[in-house]
Amino acid sequence: MTKLVIDAVGPATSVQDAGRHGAQRYGLPPSGAMDRLSLAAANVLVGNSAFAAAIELGPLGAKLSVRDGVVRLALTGAERPAALDGQPLAFNESFTLAEGQILTLGVARGGVFSYLGIEGGVGGEPMFGSLAVNARAGLGSPYPRPLQAGDAIAVKSAAPSVERRLDLPEQQDTPIRVVLGPQDDEFGAAVETFLTGEWTISATSDRMGYRLDGPQISHLHGHNIVSDGTVDGSIQVPGSGQPIVLMPDRGTSGGYPKIATVISADLGRLAQRQPGRPFRFQAVSVEEAQDAYRTMAKLIRSLPDLLRDAQHAIIDLDALLSANVAGTAIDALAAE
Amino acid sequence: MTTPPPRMLPSGDTAITVEFGRDISDESNRRVLALDRKLKQAPIAGILETVPTYRSLLVHYDPETIGFGALSDQLTALAHTSDESETVAKRRWRIPVCYGGEHGIDLEDAAQALNITPDALVARHAAGDYRVAMIGFTPGWSYLSGLDPALAMPRRQAPRLHTPAGTISVGGIQTGIQCLAGPSGWHLLGRTPVRTYQLHREPIFLLEPGDAISFAQIDAKEFAERDDAASHGEVVAELLSA
Repeated sequence: MTKLVIDAVGPATSVQDAGRHGAQRYGLPPSGAMDRLSLAAANVLVGNSAFAAAIELGPLGAKLSVRDGVVRLALTGAERPAALDGQPLAFNESFTLAEGQILTLGVARGGVFSYLGIEGGVGGEPMFGSLAVNARAGLGSPYPRPLQAGDAIAVKSAAPSVERRLDLPEQQDTPIRVVLGPQDDEFGAAVETFLTGEWTISATSDRMGYRLDGPQISHLHGHNIVSDGTVDGSIQVPGSGQPIVLMPDRGTSGGYPKIATVISADLGRLAQRQPGRPFRFQAVSVEEAQDAYRTMAKLIRSLPDLLRDAQHAIIDLDALLSANVAGTAIDALAAE
Repeated sequence: MTTPPPRMLPSGDTAITVEFGRDISDESNRRVLALDRKLKQAPIAGILETVPTYRSLLVHYDPETIGFGALSDQLTALAHTSDESETVAKRRWRIPVCYGGEHGIDLEDAAQALNITPDALVARHAAGDYRVAMIGFTPGWSYLSGLDPALAMPRRQAPRLHTPAGTISVGGIQTGIQCLAGPSGWHLLGRTPVRTYQLHREPIFLLEPGDAISFAQIDAKEFAERDDAASHGEVVAELLSA
């Protein structure tokens, strides 16, 4: 059996997929990837279905190798230095890792989470339809916890194939859209403070929640409500007046009022926001949020159509270089 | 009797909070569970899962199948026709609890705050007729309604970061069964060997919202025995009626 070996890894790196659904009524959070679009891209690049399990890499680096075979991988999400035996690797492009080679990944620069798609997916036993790691519930495969040095993940040996690349539409750095509620009436004029304020993500954030630093949000009737259900993106405001955006490892219910909910299409963008980088919120209607949801879902379904052969570009470049028209070659690539 | 229709509150673009009330009330909770049951009997296309709480039903749905407006209309109509008598508890459990000592480190302080003896506190807590109002926060954490109002206590000023699995505690007018170790601001009265969430056991989740619960006091020796049995996958709770 081919094994992908974790030789070194920082904290907050774990196997994630689209999460487990259907047991929130028993207090089991969905978990799953913080940035679903990047997860889908990583999977599609290696021929998997969009929401197969992949490795979600936290902000720090990792070192990986393979045993007993060759594995096809693809890196997406937060950009970071990546090299195969010291040769720089492109993001959003598949590559193969052979026995004896070392894949080195540095600290995230353009975001927080990167995704390592694995051809054939991750071996393991799904619980509630998912391999996603949730350490608190003791769930996830093949280890029910974040990855550690020395871990080995059973994978499928790569099939001979050309490498693929994917050009995703560039994301705009626009405000994070929210739908107000379900308890925005607990805040009165502070809703305006929330929407006009400048926010940053605190360094104490994790997969359960992102704490926000910014203006004080005061409550009209105190900060306790009778416990109520939560969703990914719920923004609850505890007694401190500093909001917390609930992320996929959230508690399934909570006793703080929720001023708004980050829309699904923007939650991955928020998840990738680095601590300290300011941003704003913008309120939209449920209908606008659902239009954005459908647009995102369509984009994810269309990812396989956006794949191109990575090797074609390289072969073309070689051909053009050997014909002594290097300048043209660069232009030809740029037009791709 | 006419009851006001529930409020349909958006929880983002993929969920609706169907709110029956803002306070802890058995009536609201029965209406929540009645709508939940109704949706199980007559599913609406697009609904992915439901999460009952004390006072609201959170309905997760797929916006590619149904929009907020259409789903709100259907849920409003359904809530109107729900018969609350349908949710009379079918299952009744007896849950063993070892009160006080190392298993309930707040028992003495709590009794003092309530101006009763620890034994009286245990007797009144164990005599309660409880119902699982909701399960939430962490896997298996069961919030019970039916606490004797005389036993209500404000939460601790500073929450504890580590409380043991199986803790039976009181916070405000609520009592509950905490399944996994974790943080808690409630007062720890005792521990049960029962696992309300246990992987590789059938069922993985023992309790359902709406189940009736009573507690039975056990001593530390019995706790140790049953805890050992539970660690090997035994249920150790008594199902009195199914």
